[in-house]
Amino acid sequence: MQNNSIIEIIGLSKTYAGGVEALANIELKIPPGELTTLLGPSGCGKTTLLKIIAGLLDKTDGEVLIKGKPIKGPGPERAFVFQDFALMPWANVVRNVAFGLELRGVAKKERYEIARKYIDEMGLAGFEKAYPHELSGGMRQRVGLARALAVDAEILLMDEPFASVDEQTRRKFQEDLLKLLKIEKKTVVFVTHSIEEAVYVSDQVVLLSPRPSKVTRIVDTRLDGVENVEDIRRDRKYLDVVEDLWQILKQYLI
Amino acid sequence: MSTKQQTGFNPRFLWKLLSLALMFGAWELAGRKPISIAFPTFSDTAVAFFQMIGDGTLLTAFGVTLKPLGVGILIIGTSGMLFGILMGLYRTFEWFTLPMFIIVQSAPMAALIPLITFLYGIGFVAKVLAVVLMAAPVIVLNSYKGIRNASPTLIQMSKSFLGNRRQQIFKIIIPDASGLIFAGLRLGVASGFVGIVLAELLITPTGIGDLITYYRALALYAQMFASIVAIVVFAAVVVSALQWLEALLFRRARL
Repeated sequence: MQNNSIIEIIGLSKTYAGGVEALANIELKIPPGELTTLLGPSGCGKTTLLKIIAGLLDKTDGEVLIKGKPIKGPGPERAFVFQDFALMPWANVVRNVAFGLELRGVAKKERYEIARKYIDEMGLAGFEKAYPHELSGGMRQRVGLARALAVDAEILLMDEPFASVDEQTRRKFQEDLLKLLKIEKKTVVFVTHSIEEAVYVSDQVVLLSPRPSKVTRIVDTRLDGVENVEDIRRDRKYLDVVEDLWQILKQYLI
Repeated sequence: MSTKQQTGFNPRFLWKLLSLALMFGAWELAGRKPISIAFPTFSDTAVAFFQMIGDGTLLTAFGVTLKPLGVGILIIGTSGMLFGILMGLYRTFEWFTLPMFIIVQSAPMAALIPLITFLYGIGFVAKVLAVVLMAAPVIVLNSYKGIRNASPTLIQMSKSFLGNRRQQIFKIIIPDASGLIFAGLRLGVASGFVGIVLAELLITPTGIGDLITYYRALALYAQMFASIVAIVVFAAVVVSALQWLEALLFRRARL
């Protein structure tokens, strides 16, 4: 892979208290401005890896470098999108979206202005005053994504963001995410257990083996020549890559 | 959401009325039989009740009873809540104090009331203390549980967006715990009523406790029952009002 990686993971291991070895000697370089998916069988430690990159979990061994510097906990250049949304039920949409800025001490007027911009961008205009329980699952995750975008981090870490959303909403959301990422130049690390989703959204897929996880393969899933996101699912290469990945992953099952 | 209630007729309300009517009817019958000379009929009790409201007897008595109750609830409401929050936030504090509260919660606290008299006499302080003792366990433990059960994902969220410990406590943990904390306060008020009535019956008769003891001594059972009913109904109304307020304040949090 290229030399200009924004995230570099060197010899990373994670053993949980109690002896469960989740990650074993992970080596990975993630290029900037692209969407990289971590894909693997369930329970393989994808989320563990993502949370270590986020600085939310401690590593046992090894190093995570962001732009060449080792991380110590969470940082302003990284923003996290949670699988179960992690919205404050007592706060309305605009306060939830602006929460990252609120924690950074940005003045209320300014942070609400920024929040509104991303609320509009996520197609949630008109719901600023709504509370999370009044929104559907898909809309809640849009709030979660808007909150991550509002802090203007270069790196988005998305932990199975569409797992708690129904199939149809998920497809729409995936399309919207791709359109959005064409405008917002972000590096995205995406965790999923869905092969189709992985191939659909990403530029490359990192395949992880079952516990203790290692990187077994990195597959380029860029679909050159496909201009419209609507055409991806019909693309020959898309279908081939999905099938190839399935053949590999199948060996890990049972 | 409220379309069902807007149709006007609410059968649930009817059921509640019917349940009350049944209870009062049974009471009336039992009083007429009579199951005991000391058991007045519902109608006699109701008459005595309105008489005592009319001549101000009940009002004066409530004035006396509610003072130590109010002071006690105020003291334990604030300090107990704070104590529970600290227990939830700091491990060392938890190890130090939690076992005590777990024992206290399951112990029959009324048994300690003679001890209060022994230590603090028979005055106002002793009564306040009775309220505090009865209300403390549920207020402290609910606050503690609320803090301890604050959503781990939300805490992680605040960490990932660079929230410091103070922001995490005040912007995430305490708001998330506030529903349980408030429920603890409500249950604490209910226990406080038990405490004050026990104190007024066991320590020195004042207020409602005085009315009950006095009418019992004179064998005026309708008045005695009316006093008991008055404090029971009052406690029920206060606690229901708090429950209603709780539902209003925290309905958003119920996802």
